[in-house]
Amino acid sequence: MSLFRTILLVALVAGIATGVASAAVHLFTTVPLILKAETFEGGEAAPAAEAQADAHVHASTEAHSHAAGAADDHHHDPEAWSPADGFERNAFTVVASILTAFGFGLLLVAATELKGGLSGWREGVLWGLAGFAVFTLAPGLGLPPELPAMPAADLMARQLWWIGTALATAVGLALLVYGRSPLLAALGVLVILAPHLIGAPQPDSHDSPIPEALHHSFVVASVAVSFLFWVLLGGLSGWLRPRLGAAAA
Amino acid sequence: MNSLNAHPHSAAAATETPASRALAITFAALLGVFVIGGVGFSHIAAAHNAAHDVRHVNAFPCH
Repeated sequence: MSLFRTILLVALVAGIATGVASAAVHLFTTVPLILKAETFEGGEAAPAAEAQADAHVHASTEAHSHAAGAADDHHHDPEAWSPADGFERNAFTVVASILTAFGFGLLLVAATELKGGLSGWREGVLWGLAGFAVFTLAPGLGLPPELPAMPAADLMARQLWWIGTALATAVGLALLVYGRSPLLAALGVLVILAPHLIGAPQPDSHDSPIPEALHHSFVVASVAVSFLFWVLLGGLSGWLRPRLGAAAA
Repeated sequence: MNSLNAHPHSAAAATETPASRALAITFAALLGVFVIGGVGFSHIAAAHNAAHDVRHVNAFPCH
C-alpha cells in the first residue's frame, strides 16, 4: 500500500498549504462580500440575533416570497449549531478550506497516478488547470458562485447537475487529451458540452435582493481565487510527488 | 520495468502490481469524494453552517 501512502501524503501536504493560502486570500476578498450580502437577507445568519430568529425567518421568507417556491427550502435552522461570527466562523473557514484542498488533492493525485504519477511542478500545474476546468469553470457556467439570499432552484437538483457536469468534463477532457483518434476527441467535446445543452436547474425567477454589482464582484473574485487554488494545488502536488514518492517507496 | 529482473533497485517497485496500484488509486479517490462530500455537499445543518463560507466561495450548490 505504499502508493496509497504516497497519494495520501502528497494530497495532505499540498492540501494543507493550498487550503491555508486560499483561505487567507478568501478572508480578504470573497468572505467580506458574503458578509455584505448577508445584510440583505435580514441578518438571518447572524447568530447574535438568535433571540430575534423568528422575526428574521419571517422577514426573510417575505423577502424570498417572490422567488421560486423551491428556493425557499433552505432557511438557516435557528436550532442548528453554527459558528459564532468573527474568529470562530473564520477558523472554520480555514479548516473547511484545508479539507476542500485535501479532498480535491486526493482526486487530483489519484487521477495523475492513472498516468504513472506526476514528475514535476510544471506537469502538476497542467493537471491543476484541468481541475480548475472540471470543478470551477464547467459547473460555474451553469451555476455561477452565489451569495446568500440569492434565489436558486432545488438544492438536490443543483447538486446532481454540479456532480454530473464535473464528471462529464473530466471524462471529456480525458477523451480529448488521451483519446487516440479524432473521433474520440470529438466525443470528448460532445461529453463536455452535454451538461450545458441539458442546462443547469434554474429558479423560476432571478429577482434577487442582492445588487448585481455585488454579485458580479463575488463571481470574479471567487473564480479568480479558485484559479489560484488549482494552480497551487497542482503545482505543489507535482513538486511533492517525486520527493515523497521516493521517500515512501 | 520487468519485475522478474532480480535487480536490487527494483525490489520496492516489484511489490507494486497493477492490481495494487488500482486499489490504492481507487481508495484514495473514494476518500477524496468522501471528504469533498462532507465539506461541500452534506445536508447536515451543522456541516453546512461550519463550511458555509467555503461552500459559497467554491460555488458548491448551497442554500
